[in-house]
Amino acid sequence: MREPGRLAVLGAGHVGPVIARLAVRAGYPVAIATSGDPEDIALITELVIPGAQPRWAADAVADADIVVLAIPLHRFLDVDPGLLHGKLVVDAMNYWPASDGVLKAFEDGGSSEIVARRLAGSTVVKALNHIGYHELEDRARPAGAPDRRAAGVAGDDPAAAVTIASLVDRIGYDPVRLGSLRAGRVLQPGGPVFGAVLPLPEFERAVREDARSLT
Amino acid sequence: MTYTFGLDTFGDRNSDAGGKPLSHAQTIRNVAEEGVFAEQAGVDFFGIGEHHTGYFPMPAGDVVLAAIAARTERIRLGSAVTVLSSDDPVRVFQRYSTLNAISGGRAEVILGRGSSIESFPLFGYDLADYEELFEEKATLFAELLKGGPVTWEGKTRAPLLNQDVVPHTESGPFPAWIGVGGNPQSVIRAARLGFSLALAIIGGPPARFAAYSQLFQRALEKFGRPPLPVLVHSPGHVAATDEQAKAEFWPRWQDIITLIAPERGFAIPTEESFDRETGPHGALYVGSPETVAQKIATSLRALGATRFDLKYGMPGLTHDQLMTNIKLYGHQVIPRVRELLS
Repeated sequence: MREPGRLAVLGAGHVGPVIARLAVRAGYPVAIATSGDPEDIALITELVIPGAQPRWAADAVADADIVVLAIPLHRFLDVDPGLLHGKLVVDAMNYWPASDGVLKAFEDGGSSEIVARRLAGSTVVKALNHIGYHELEDRARPAGAPDRRAAGVAGDDPAAAVTIASLVDRIGYDPVRLGSLRAGRVLQPGGPVFGAVLPLPEFERAVREDARSLT
Repeated sequence: MTYTFGLDTFGDRNSDAGGKPLSHAQTIRNVAEEGVFAEQAGVDFFGIGEHHTGYFPMPAGDVVLAAIAARTERIRLGSAVTVLSSDDPVRVFQRYSTLNAISGGRAEVILGRGSSIESFPLFGYDLADYEELFEEKATLFAELLKGGPVTWEGKTRAPLLNQDVVPHTESGPFPAWIGVGGNPQSVIRAARLGFSLALAIIGGPPARFAAYSQLFQRALEKFGRPPLPVLVHSPGHVAATDEQAKAEFWPRWQDIITLIAPERGFAIPTEESFDRETGPHGALYVGSPETVAQKIATSLRALGATRFDLKYGMPGLTHDQLMTNIKLYGHQVIPRVRELLS
């Protein structure tokens, strides 16, 4: 298997540390960053994400093969797309008005498609958004475990989707490839697998039935 | 080590024995009875969480706490939680310092959001401003707690210039906690502002929060503050046997979580997930007194916490079921946990 690439996780709130911890455990070199000084998250990193490096966002991104966006979606609107230019970006964010309020920029269409349009110079893959942070770590299992669960990976760029499917696999889930960011709408709040932590066959069935109901 | 044990309610709307929902008013009167009974049963703290829905009709818990204060002598009384971001810190301080006066110094507050968001549209706040609202208001609240004139300026309320805020407390600040659900930066904030830490653990293995407890104490050191206590708040239900507790709680849990899951991001509960959460590594304290006591003792040890607050009740349970829960918690669970931890 190819060596895992270097990961930059942007966001040290509910979700970022969980993804960072899983990735460290899976053998990825992981940097974590917020919009501020890495010193502010040094203690968090030491105790909650041992093995990861707190860095300035620009430095973490510059050295990363994969950048995971784990910030509130309204904060994403403040991110300079230039920062992520040329990068493979995992969109783990959600547009979830009932929980986070209404954002006009995301009212129309799939949130990752809108993220991808704003990040025109990056390659965007939607993943790690639909299992709650309470559960993401607890339910992760090595490949082949009988109680392993599935997680969706949606992207327009097949090579990028393969890389992220490998990430999802290594951190503990059976990856299910969805053909495009648009198809990734099934992973969004209100979709058939959002908040559910399903085994592979049930996940595939839920996604298939949903696709059928749309046609 | 001194341990304390509380009960929290969200004013979960009661049903009668036939399953018919009681009125909001009767539910509120029942909560007052439950608070008074909690003292008689030997419980140390009774908390009421702010909610604004038909199934949790409890937007003004401090009024109910005042009614309980007038009929009790010893039990501590507080919010669990106050949704500070959509309230005015000055008013919250005034309400709880008034409760502190009425109760002879027994008031506390837990500030946070819970997973409840309905107060934001109700009072005209934007959820997207949550972070700024909470940061500013928690900072102001920390100042108010110190007593004495307050000077403060921010974006979320009118400035205060050398403002005397009454009523003054008789013996310094009352206990104040920040409720944290899983964001480590909230742990740092609690330490930075000098609040105690309330870990709200409502899903998954409680032990995973041990790092948050360590983070809190290390952050207190970093900010030059003395150690402060950590409490654990989790839902549960105590009945005579494990089977009875699960049979009473499961349908109510299934109903309410299914109802609120879409807006709060909870998974729809299944019998499998319920079994996991009520098992030894889950976050629900549902069972016989012995089962619940063992689990509480394990969690307090794992998390270095000195207080456990059981969020009892669930919409649709009867007042009698809740009174039995309170009696078993006070008479059997608490003494057993103390024994296990001694």
